[in-house]
Amino acid sequence: MHPARAWRGRSQRYRLEGEICEGCGARLFPPRDICPECQRPARTPYPLSGRGEVYSYTVVYEPPAGYEEQVPYIVALIKLEEGPLVSAMLTDVGPEEVYIGMPVEMVTRVLHRQGEHGVIAYGYKFRPILRRAVTIPSPSAPVTA
Amino acid sequence: MREVAIIGIGQTPVGEHWDKGLRELALEALEAAIRDAGVERLDALYIGNMLSGQVEAQEHLGALVADFAGMHGVEAVKVEAACASGAAALRIGYAMVAGGLADFVAVVGVEKMTDASGETITAALATAADAEYEAVHGMTFTALNALLMRRYMHEYGYRREDFAPFSINAHRNAVHNPYAMLRFPITAEAFASARMIADPITLLDASPVCDGAAAVILCPADQARAFQERPVRIRASTVATDTVALHDRRDPLWLEAAALSAYRAFQQAGVRLEDIDFFELHDAFTIMAALSLEASGFAPRGRGVAMALEGAIFRDGRLPIATMGGLKARGHPVGATGIYQVVEAVLQLRGQAGPNQIPHARLGMTQNIGGTGATVITHILEAMD
Repeated sequence: MHPARAWRGRSQRYRLEGEICEGCGARLFPPRDICPECQRPARTPYPLSGRGEVYSYTVVYEPPAGYEEQVPYIVALIKLEEGPLVSAMLTDVGPEEVYIGMPVEMVTRVLHRQGEHGVIAYGYKFRPILRRAVTIPSPSAPVTA
Repeated sequence: MREVAIIGIGQTPVGEHWDKGLRELALEALEAAIRDAGVERLDALYIGNMLSGQVEAQEHLGALVADFAGMHGVEAVKVEAACASGAAALRIGYAMVAGGLADFVAVVGVEKMTDASGETITAALATAADAEYEAVHGMTFTALNALLMRRYMHEYGYRREDFAPFSINAHRNAVHNPYAMLRFPITAEAFASARMIADPITLLDASPVCDGAAAVILCPADQARAFQERPVRIRASTVATDTVALHDRRDPLWLEAAALSAYRAFQQAGVRLEDIDFFELHDAFTIMAALSLEASGFAPRGRGVAMALEGAIFRDGRLPIATMGGLKARGHPVGATGIYQVVEAVLQLRGQAGPNQIPHARLGMTQNIGGTGATVITHILEAMD
């Protein structure tokens, strides 16, 4: 990816920045400038929360050029809290653990690399929502690794 | 507007043509169509193609094929609409003849895929999706269809094996099509145990990568009889679009563009659903066949797979589909597919489909889908007599 192209998409890829329609209030991601709901201009930036749930998912075994080193990887449609669907890889989770409806959150990861001298493209992926660690002190229980 | 007829058809076998490039494939189909029509001159040539720039580093196919075919000076342009490029080129050819801008027009669909590695083809096909928001996330075309298929199974309670009749039907029909790539029957057991490509899609849900070219010759319907004993009239030619990205659809399981283009086609032709004798649909994946049946009105929502399970899609069913093997078994040379569908529909309407002949076929419908449904082009064809 040309550096300028990666740079143009920085607000979307790093911050999940969409748009809000001044007319009807629809929250849009990716940004599309004209609201698909009411056809009025929608150019006000709106950062999305990055939380949502898995709408559908699959595992890619036969990758396109540039993604060979990540195989097998999970791609999904995520239904964001604010309404839009977004396409993204799932990370920090195995295929057997994913299910439709699984709560997920956005993280920033390497999307792909273009060889030793190419641009490393970063962007959003989604992982299962991390729960706050809860530790119950129990001095009698043996600690196993 | 003038009525338009198809007076000539030609096709190359679909397969791995190591000995032929884009221009040789295109010429082979074009020459066959010209011979079939018996025309002496052509006013224009339209080429449907998707991948030539990416796979063969060759664009400008209009002039390239015109020159190679010895049609010096003729009007010639390439038309691109992803996997719907073939039907898009036909749409342009149709408009030229219908509008009176040309009398004799050739439309060729051609694709050369086997010169590239699997990774290159997978990346090239993904350019039909949204590069900034789908392909960059490692999304492939198979993956996009797998997302649809999994959600469909989730919403309507189908199992993976329930999709088998689509592939069984396509393979059974390809056996008797000398131009088809995969001319062997498959069993439900083979379908159930096929190799996974992108869960839940296996090798036997998906159409193969291949080379091929197909061509048709068009002219005003009132001149058709001078060239062809059994001309076929184009009763409808319609294009509709939807969002390129699957995630931008309000309802990913509803192919809005297929619904629109089918509706417009029925309107233009002045026919009803029940009048259609067979349907050459875009079964690039089994899930696309189901969604196309539903959006076009042949099955209620969620019942496309049930329609296949009931046997309605077989040659003796209510609505035979993929009558010469479909994309699944004839093969899916992407930019050529829309023309293969029309060539096969013409064979049916002329009564030349051999053992696959649908008895008394009068009206056939073809539907060519680009991307995951962003461009959908429907044609309704009728036997003239």
